[in-house]
Amino acid sequence: MLTFEEIKKSFLVSLWFIFLTFPIMVIRVNSNENTIDWRWENIAIVGIASFVLSFFWRDFFRRKKLGQKKLSKDKQKSSALIELLNSKKEIKYGLLGAIITFAIAYPFVLGPYQTNIMISALIFVVLGLGLNIVVGLAGLLDLGYVAFYAVGAYTYAILNTQSGIIGHGLLQLSLYLNDLFGTTFFEIIAQPWSFWIVLPLAMLIAGICGLILGFPVLRLRGDYLAIVTLGFGEIIRLVLENWNELSNGPSGIAKIAKPNFGVSLNSIESIPFIYFLMIFLVLFTIFVVNRLQISRIGRAWMALREDEIACQAMGIDTTKTKLTAFAMGASWAGMCGVMIAVKTSFINPASFTFMESAIILSIVVLGGMGSVIGVIIGALILSLLPEYLRAFDDYRMLVFGATMVIMMIFRPQGIISNVRSTYKIIRKQKI
Amino acid sequence: MKPILDVKNLTKDFGGLRAIDSLDIKIFRGEIVALIGPNGAGKTTFFNCITGIYKPTNGEVAITHPKRDTEIINDLVPNVVVNPLFRFLPESVLKSLKKYFPQLLFRSLKPNEITERGMARTFQNIRLFKNMTVLENVMIGRHCRTNAGIPGAVIRGPGTRKEEKEVIEECYRLLKKTGLDHLSDELAKNLPYGDQRRLEIARALATEPFLLLLDEPAAGMNPQETKDLVDLIYKIRDEDQISILLIEHDMKLVMELSERIYVVDYGKGIATGTPEEIRDNPVVIKAYLGEDIEDA
Repeated sequence: MLTFEEIKKSFLVSLWFIFLTFPIMVIRVNSNENTIDWRWENIAIVGIASFVLSFFWRDFFRRKKLGQKKLSKDKQKSSALIELLNSKKEIKYGLLGAIITFAIAYPFVLGPYQTNIMISALIFVVLGLGLNIVVGLAGLLDLGYVAFYAVGAYTYAILNTQSGIIGHGLLQLSLYLNDLFGTTFFEIIAQPWSFWIVLPLAMLIAGICGLILGFPVLRLRGDYLAIVTLGFGEIIRLVLENWNELSNGPSGIAKIAKPNFGVSLNSIESIPFIYFLMIFLVLFTIFVVNRLQISRIGRAWMALREDEIACQAMGIDTTKTKLTAFAMGASWAGMCGVMIAVKTSFINPASFTFMESAIILSIVVLGGMGSVIGVIIGALILSLLPEYLRAFDDYRMLVFGATMVIMMIFRPQGIISNVRSTYKIIRKQKI
Repeated sequence: MKPILDVKNLTKDFGGLRAIDSLDIKIFRGEIVALIGPNGAGKTTFFNCITGIYKPTNGEVAITHPKRDTEIINDLVPNVVVNPLFRFLPESVLKSLKKYFPQLLFRSLKPNEITERGMARTFQNIRLFKNMTVLENVMIGRHCRTNAGIPGAVIRGPGTRKEEKEVIEECYRLLKKTGLDHLSDELAKNLPYGDQRRLEIARALATEPFLLLLDEPAAGMNPQETKDLVDLIYKIRDEDQISILLIEHDMKLVMELSERIYVVDYGKGIATGTPEEIRDNPVVIKAYLGEDIEDA
């Protein structure tokens, strides 16, 4: 069990950790007395802890290897949970019922603070599902996804508050049109635009932005594509930050109206309404993404991910396919942008940094590329974990990062890997 | 009778290297033709030129669909499709301007458009969609013959459902034909090598070609699999009236299967004829076995 080799390895590991943590664990500058405290006792703690932990670490890897061998022997096991759910209807419907009850009861039982957190989590679910189309299905690595999110948010913010040059332009246009036709009808476009009109409009505008990004990157793949999309994300953010006339710059746009639900509500009362609206949008997204996945277009996206040359040789127009993937992915982000503007009623460019893109991408990768349920679970974990880790205070981002690293080592295919759909019609024909 | 594939004077340079040197190839309806030559002779480059993956340096490739007119699909001067930017111009204007700005107004066909016109291929190094099921691989081949869009996919109305059902039935029929129907739900990457080759053929057939281009279909197959492949190729030709052009190194297969053979060496066509003529042709023997030292 404890061979000399193992002990030697662990000893080297502990030495390395002592060296690495020396500056932060041992040296402490006492700024009151201008002296340095040498906390030598910490060396022992780090050394012993890393010595012991390295044994566990190696044991984990050994088990993982054994597990992989077993998996390749028995493929069924990889989706044991899903198999179980599919085979036993009582469990499946029981679980579904529990989730629905939980989702309905949530805002009434847990109050506005928790509901608000859940709304953000649901927004991330939709963002994850949207990016899943681009990254998971079509295999186009997009690091600038947040740009479309920003486009959606600013579309609603600007049209609702009528601020900046666009507000001004709309006012001029309405006056001109009223003069031209001799009515007062066109005043309507200079009023604050309704949420219900802007929601589909923002999806459309974000989709068009997706196309605009799509055209120049048609020939790019992999790393190169990632860099260009990253640049696109930054361009949008910098424009919003610096074009004061359009977006009010870093100070952002405030006093964005909540949607009109038909009853007058203050901002706290409207939270459950927004929550249920968001639940509806999540269901809508899941429905559409599921349908797309099993469709002709969805198959073309997957073929594009697998092999671009073969895909084109088999008669698929890769240009069109890529552009639809970008546009479809972007339009969900546009929708989420409107929702975040509604939820916080204030937006500024700081909410749309590269960090957001990275988190959304982590959701897709962690959840399992191409898998809808995986992405939903991934989104809930990644957006709720930092919130509930607040108890750990300073260490929460550290725990968050460690969770991701460990996850990727032990389950690189994501929480739930994509299960290929099979077609039932064939079985009937076989008989 | 017009040839269904007519390649005239095809030349392709890679920098200073002439991979194909003024090659002429004609294929008629219902023929099985083999293209052979030593390694590096330019056979796969030829395939890539006629399927639009490469643009030839010189010469032209024309196809005649059994039900349509002759069409030049790939040549030095692009003249097939109007560039999308100039689609608004009336045809007469385009025709008169063609002489002066061919490169600007026109472009050659993309590989997917050539497949759409009825020429499908397989690859030398198998290029299946590895993480998709066998059936889905074949369904990809139907893509260019169907037209459900995003609204159709989301609403999934009767039209889309019918189309989808027809696609599945057609693909299942093709899998039966290639003997892969029992593996339809398997991932393509889990298939044995010989089955992967046949799946590539099934996928190409799903695009409804009139000419099938097979790039070393028997590579890596055992004798039994090769025999099955010969039967399959005959079946494809006889039942569906699909002409076949194949590149192959297995001479036994080539001699057995093909009705005409083209031999290329260093990109040049050095011989053409029936299998018997090729077998006894001294130029071909020299290309394969090298020159006699005493002559040098």
